[in-house]
Amino acid sequence: MADLNTQEGDHPHGSVYRVAGALTITRAATTQREIDALPDPLTIDLSEIHRMDTVGAWIVYRTVRDRKAKVIGASRDEVSLLKEVAQFDAPTKVHPEEGRSFVLALRELGQWVVEMGGTLVGLLGFFGATLIGFANVIRRPARKFRVNAVVQRFDVVGVRALGIIGLMSFLIGIVIAQQGSVQLAQFGAEVYTINLIGRITVRELGTLMTAIMVAGRSGSAFAAQIGTMKITEEIDAMRTIGVSPIEALVIPRMIAAVVMMPLLAFWAMVMSLLGGGVFVWLQLGIPPTTYVQRLNEVIPLTDMWVGIIKAPVFGFIIALAGCFQGMLVQGNSEEVGTRTTTAVVQSIFLVIVLDAVFAVFFSSIGWV
Amino acid sequence: MTPKDCQPVITVRGLKNAFGEQVVHEGLDLTVCRGEILGVVGGSGTGKSVLLRSIIGLQVPEAGEVEVLGENMIDRTEDEAKNIRRRWGILFQNGALFSTLTVAENVEVPIREYFPGIQPPLLDEIASYKIAMGGLPADAGPKFPAELSGGMVKRAGLARALALDPELLFLDEPTAGLDPIAAAAFDELILSLQKRLELTVFLITHDLDTLHAICDRVAVIADRKVIAVGTIPELLALDHPWIQEYFNGPRGRNAAQSYEKGATA
Repeated sequence: MADLNTQEGDHPHGSVYRVAGALTITRAATTQREIDALPDPLTIDLSEIHRMDTVGAWIVYRTVRDRKAKVIGASRDEVSLLKEVAQFDAPTKVHPEEGRSFVLALRELGQWVVEMGGTLVGLLGFFGATLIGFANVIRRPARKFRVNAVVQRFDVVGVRALGIIGLMSFLIGIVIAQQGSVQLAQFGAEVYTINLIGRITVRELGTLMTAIMVAGRSGSAFAAQIGTMKITEEIDAMRTIGVSPIEALVIPRMIAAVVMMPLLAFWAMVMSLLGGGVFVWLQLGIPPTTYVQRLNEVIPLTDMWVGIIKAPVFGFIIALAGCFQGMLVQGNSEEVGTRTTTAVVQSIFLVIVLDAVFAVFFSSIGWV
Repeated sequence: MTPKDCQPVITVRGLKNAFGEQVVHEGLDLTVCRGEILGVVGGSGTGKSVLLRSIIGLQVPEAGEVEVLGENMIDRTEDEAKNIRRRWGILFQNGALFSTLTVAENVEVPIREYFPGIQPPLLDEIASYKIAMGGLPADAGPKFPAELSGGMVKRAGLARALALDPELLFLDEPTAGLDPIAAAAFDELILSLQKRLELTVFLITHDLDTLHAICDRVAVIADRKVIAVGTIPELLALDHPWIQEYFNGPRGRNAAQSYEKGATA
């Protein structure tokens, strides 16, 4: 225990630190620097201060503790404050313990592998739980099917996305037409711009861009909503009341995404064709009737099936990733953010991977 | 109702707060004196927290004056407000700890903000003793708020509120959600800190035991204003139905009895 000597003592050698005025947090940094600069043995003279707060007292206390300094001239209040702060001398760590950097890196790698394994198993489990939920809903649709929730999700995921997806597709149609016509003009084949617009938007881009937009709009919202409900213990409350969160939260979102994706994809196709049509009409002078007629000739019906069949699968992936990541949230609000990001990145990545698989598959069954 | 030797720390005059049609306060007056613990009570929805928010400047009132530590709080610039904010500490109802920082880092936030010159070894030590002062064990420092129990969150919030050695402490339902033992310990803690650091405390509470144990005066909010301020015996002498119901209801009587027992024992 440090010696808090209040007696006026001799200090024939060593240095004296004399503070005047207020010894408070305002002067803490300066005071500490000045004290550090003085050589041992040190004496602190408090006779001229008129105000001291706990930070000031702490600085005096730690100097006494670490450098065996002597304190003189302290009034009764100051002595009692010094004794008070001494009671609270319980060093605590500011950050959780961390190991050496190499060990730390190794540990993080290990944790990452374990987490990835856990996530995969968890995703499988979540997929299973969803299927069970679906089975329950199908078995007792009258009780378990939440019409209102589903309709509300239809509105949020589908109807409210019409504007932005329509605009995006319209612009994409124009860009394809513009870029395509510039390149094809070099071969004098501008008229094939229509083939390009028709086939690429209907077969690929309509569905793919819609999926990316839905992942950004709704997948993220699913993760954030469910994640926040996790943090505020709403999910736990649901479980204890006997409402299955899978049936109440996940299934309506899944149904909405699966049903709305093909409709939105079709809408995106139509809007891209419209955008392309406007461009070829205004820039290449191809009238709308010719444009429609040409589209009718060059787009096989299978192209539309290729686009439409993929859409519900993408919707399912987006809803699965969003809801799953939302359910994984625990702890703090930052986690909601990271999980939402993960949900969007995962779903867009999976959508593109699956799109490649579909492309190979449809080509190999002869839908070229 | 205000004591004669009162040096006002908080003065509220003619405060009016409304959310759309719903008027929460109208013509509310309140004075908090230096060095006292003022308890604020009132039924749910009478606007205790709104009053706190108007005093600390989180809510701009429709009318009225608010003065804290001698400075007018309405229509202040950020810079002017900063000087006052340095001199108070606030414990929010749910702790409001920053969830991505550890407890010790939470305590360091105000110190870093106002005194960036204080360097790590000293800064960490200050955080440590504030944590100890808040009644937390040393191993709570590196923990994240999500790892703490409800009582520990309140203590950590108190440690952060005390970080700058404030003159004025605002506590919004500090004992709500704590078990009686923890609540009593928290009352003790506030009382001893208030004595030690000569704090002025503005305390919103529903806890009758807290009122009896630590409050110098109690302000009662009802009918959109402060209807009475005084010590509990003074309030009991008034003939207001809500006050009578509040202090003389079964819970009020129990709290009074246990306090008297404690005082005589």
